[in-house]
Amino acid sequence: MSQLIQHLINGIAAGTIYALVALGYTMVYGVLKLINFAHGDVMMVGVYMGYATALMLGRQARGSVGGVLLIFLVAMVGCALLGFLIERFAYRPLREKPRLTALITAIGISFTLSYGFQLDIGFLPGSAPRAFPQIIKPAQWFTLGDPEFPDVVLWNWQVISLMVAVALMAGLQFLVYRTRFGRAMRAVSFDHRVAALMGIPTDRIISVTFMIGSALAAGAGLLYAIKDTSVSPLMGLYVGLKAFVAAVIGGIGNVPGAMVGGLLLGLVEEFVVGYAASTWRDAVAFGFLILVLLVRPGGLFGRVAAEKV
Amino acid sequence: MEPDLDVSSSSRVPPSLRGILPLLIALPVLLVLELLLRDSPFASYLLSVMGVNVLLAVSLNIVNGMTGQFSIGHAGFMAVGAYISGITSLALEDVAISFLPVAVSDQVFLLVSLLVAGGAAALAGFLVGLPSLRLRGDYLAIVTLGFGEIIRVVVTNTEAFGRALGLSGIPQTSSVAMVGLWVFLSVLVARRIAGSSHGRSLLAIREDEVAAEAMGVNTTGYKVRAFVVSSFFAGVAGGLFAHFVPIINPGSFTFVKSMEVVVMVVLGGLGSTTGAIVAAVFLTLLPEVMRSVFSLVGSESTLAQQVDQIRMPVYGLLLVALMLARPQGLFGTKELWDVVPRWLPRRRKGM
Repeated sequence: MSQLIQHLINGIAAGTIYALVALGYTMVYGVLKLINFAHGDVMMVGVYMGYATALMLGRQARGSVGGVLLIFLVAMVGCALLGFLIERFAYRPLREKPRLTALITAIGISFTLSYGFQLDIGFLPGSAPRAFPQIIKPAQWFTLGDPEFPDVVLWNWQVISLMVAVALMAGLQFLVYRTRFGRAMRAVSFDHRVAALMGIPTDRIISVTFMIGSALAAGAGLLYAIKDTSVSPLMGLYVGLKAFVAAVIGGIGNVPGAMVGGLLLGLVEEFVVGYAASTWRDAVAFGFLILVLLVRPGGLFGRVAAEKV
Repeated sequence: MEPDLDVSSSSRVPPSLRGILPLLIALPVLLVLELLLRDSPFASYLLSVMGVNVLLAVSLNIVNGMTGQFSIGHAGFMAVGAYISGITSLALEDVAISFLPVAVSDQVFLLVSLLVAGGAAALAGFLVGLPSLRLRGDYLAIVTLGFGEIIRVVVTNTEAFGRALGLSGIPQTSSVAMVGLWVFLSVLVARRIAGSSHGRSLLAIREDEVAAEAMGVNTTGYKVRAFVVSSFFAGVAGGLFAHFVPIINPGSFTFVKSMEVVVMVVLGGLGSTTGAIVAAVFLTLLPEVMRSVFSLVGSESTLAQQVDQIRMPVYGLLLVALMLARPQGLFGTKELWDVVPRWLPRRRKGM
């Protein structure tokens, strides 16, 4: 029983992070109908920005609330800029081209970022994973059973990442459904040509959406790095892939769907690791995805749009 | 696209020979090549790698280029072929056909194991093609990606396939002639498909799936068949690969390998068989040329490493630049002979 509770806790903690990364995929897909394959790698770059900031801050400042906020701020703003540049110079020129071209471009950017960061030249970090500094000192907030060897542990970073994730998601939901900007976003998503005719600055809306998505990715990536205590150039490829799976399971383009998809994926993976074998984790994640898609081709919350000739 | 005009359609050849004429020309050429390269292992290794990449690119082009179904899990089929052929060859290792010379008997058994590999991969392709009943576009791409990853995890966890360590001790019986034969066959099949009514249906699906369906094209059937043919050749490519590298392990068949093949197909032009060949040859030779140029300048080992490191970011940038400057790829949907300069003798249309 206690084992089950522990797995539930871990699964939800992992799932919220997937969900946060998945939100970026979903937002971009919602507005542009583009699978932004580079999203995970933007996240990786954000984590390295946070890592560099943490090293610069030194041991004392790193643990303080201000230090942590600064690390998150640098990473999120840096990633927003990166997202802006990618959208401006790689995706915008292709907006009227077939969607496949943009998808291939996204794959190209993903490769450039993830393998570019593996180079051993100049300031680039090289391919070896590095230990991520403990910007939040780990503490057990809640234990069950023997205090020395507890059956169930709830770590402080699990609670913090859950709270950050819920806050960011709520903020996003508010932004999309309660603000003028959100209304413009939904209009662009519905039909960006008509939206432009109605006086909506389409390019600016898409740019800002990209920047928000990238900033969210950086935040999520930092939470992931705190959980995983390491950072490597290839983390974006795999975490990004998983988050993408989460977004598709929930129905890509759908904000609550991304949250549910992320949580489901986190739980499924955790239970596979806990009760079967950890080496099967990736296969089960993708198997779950294929199963969901076969039953509901648009994802759990998605609708399959009728195609026009 | 103009109808396929093969060498065999020349009216001077007697009808009974037309079907096999290309083969009659290709086989002696390949055998001579094999004899010439017997003493240079590096050249034959490079040619084999090139051949495997061409095979992969040409086969992926049938799905991605001709049918327009974006598949990004091609390495999965290659893995199926590599492992199945490896297992088959290990089982057949001690068997030989006594009345034939050893080299010839080896090639016969290699052929058998390649056919088994292709069959297994084709079955896998059938299984992946089936979801295309309900999925299209981006979602299908994700399913193929997921499939490739699942194959990798299954292989990594199976005792018979050597888990993460991989399969070693596969008899190294691959030859340039065998690789060349399969490259030749795949190109022939791809061109024949492009020129047939099958190919026209595939092109219709690529241009507009809904319209094709409305015109009475059985889209699901054609898509699944394209997947089966494509994965058959990918499996053979994997089988050939397994017979000239010392060891195969799951690390050779990752998402990255799939993307390499996608880069080849996109660079050549989606839908152009000769484009896929040219791009595959170019991208295989590029690192080798870079390496030899660098080794002339400085110390060999570190620079060789750097070339390997730089290869992937360069692929990425190449994709981005290509999409921005020439989204249709080098050749677009044209073939090599459609883009040769005017003054060269051309094949006339309708011959």
